[in-house]
Amino acid sequence: MSEIPGDLKFLKSHEWARVEDDGLVRVGISDHAQSQLGDLVYVELPEIGASVQAGQGAAVLESVKAASDIYSPVSGEVVEVNEMLSDKPETINEDAYGEGWIFVVRMSDRAELNELLDADAYAELIENEDH
Amino acid sequence: MTEKTVLNAVHRAHGARMVDFGGWDMPINYGSQIEEHHAVRRDAGMFDVSHMTVIDLHGPRTREFLRHLLANSVDKLKVVGKALYSCMLNEQGGVIDDLIVYFFDDSHYRLVVNAATRAKDLAWIEKQAVAFGVDVRERPDFAMIAVQGPNARAKVLALLHEGDRPRIEKLGKFAASAAQGPHGMPLFVARTGYTGEDGFEIIVPAVDAVKLWEALAAAGVRPAGLGARDTLRLEAGMNLYGQDMDETVSPWEANLGWTIALDEGRDFIGRSALEQQKADGVKRVMVGLVLDEKGVLRHGQKVLTAAGEGEILSGSFAPTLEKAVAFARVPAGELGAVRVDIRGREVPVRVVKYPFVRDGKPCEGI
Repeated sequence: MSEIPGDLKFLKSHEWARVEDDGLVRVGISDHAQSQLGDLVYVELPEIGASVQAGQGAAVLESVKAASDIYSPVSGEVVEVNEMLSDKPETINEDAYGEGWIFVVRMSDRAELNELLDADAYAELIENEDH
Repeated sequence: MTEKTVLNAVHRAHGARMVDFGGWDMPINYGSQIEEHHAVRRDAGMFDVSHMTVIDLHGPRTREFLRHLLANSVDKLKVVGKALYSCMLNEQGGVIDDLIVYFFDDSHYRLVVNAATRAKDLAWIEKQAVAFGVDVRERPDFAMIAVQGPNARAKVLALLHEGDRPRIEKLGKFAASAAQGPHGMPLFVARTGYTGEDGFEIIVPAVDAVKLWEALAAAGVRPAGLGARDTLRLEAGMNLYGQDMDETVSPWEANLGWTIALDEGRDFIGRSALEQQKADGVKRVMVGLVLDEKGVLRHGQKVLTAAGEGEILSGSFAPTLEKAVAFARVPAGELGAVRVDIRGREVPVRVVKYPFVRDGKPCEGI
């Protein structure tokens, strides 16, 4: 299990959000989530310009095992998607917190960030899930 | 209560991700299911299949009993050590389980049946055996390791007693023989498998299983989980009981017609129902599907055809082909342009003859 970066915030459903310097929010899934899903083979990305709602489906990940909805941690507009995942979905398995990011949102309500778990709370959540 | 094979601790020590499979705590993968799949297609991999049920049948009327119990004909087993794949049917012609039967001698045969169906299989076999005076004995004292891949046989042979090697090397497909393994452990080595690759399935005393596993690992055989086993057998066009057929499905409807022996004068369980179905015309058929677009075909998705709706049985991303394939059961008749409903989207698929992959390579037309 790799370290959970301290600057990330999480949904209970294992998506992470990173607020970047320009105020945009980068979204991915946790290392724990990728290891649960197993080898990823296909990513259905949102369209640029699409509007997403906090806690609602924005992308779909398919592993060999199953298809999983990816929820957006915050509401807003999708301004960038990780096109590389179309050819190399396994990037998420290899680097869930880095190169394996999925999309970027221009958030419409900063207050939503307060609803998310911090890294310690998320670590505790998955710790309890494992036992 | 989850059951554990004798190799459970070894899997955990190798970093396996464990799942419940038919009441057994089994490794789904040891890191990457896809890498394990490729290891079997390109080199050699091994699976712990000790959860499967080994049943020995003894008694002078055992052959006669099996002629009654199984839809395939044990009369095909003429040479000691030969194996046969068969369905075991109910009176309605539905599949209770699929299994392999090994011929030891006229009064001793061995069955290997699925793990998830263990209790009902044993109950059914015991009930049917009474009239033939056949002794039905489960063998929980055995473990089983499947070693599969183009280099699997060579790696196993190197671990056997020198005196046994020539005989085991010459074993034909679907034949088995006893041999001595590392430290003199007694093995039952069968040239069978569930991956579409060459290899052996080895029955080993449970007390020796860890030593055999470690010897295989030291010989460069890569541990592979049930995840890879599932994609390998799907690519190889092999059915999975419970997903591709069950008691409501006849072998005709599961592409297992080749395993039904309608030999003269043999009154096996389910025979009259099968003959009736054939005379009436089989209403549903099993076909292979390939998805050329991105996406994954999965169990339960709806299949739309000109002959009516069907559904996906086994479906998965196929690592050798780098696209999704599936088995589907659809109405018999002209299918037209076939589509699959993937989360509300109708996606075109190709209907193909399977297997999809044999001996490491995509089959023609896939």
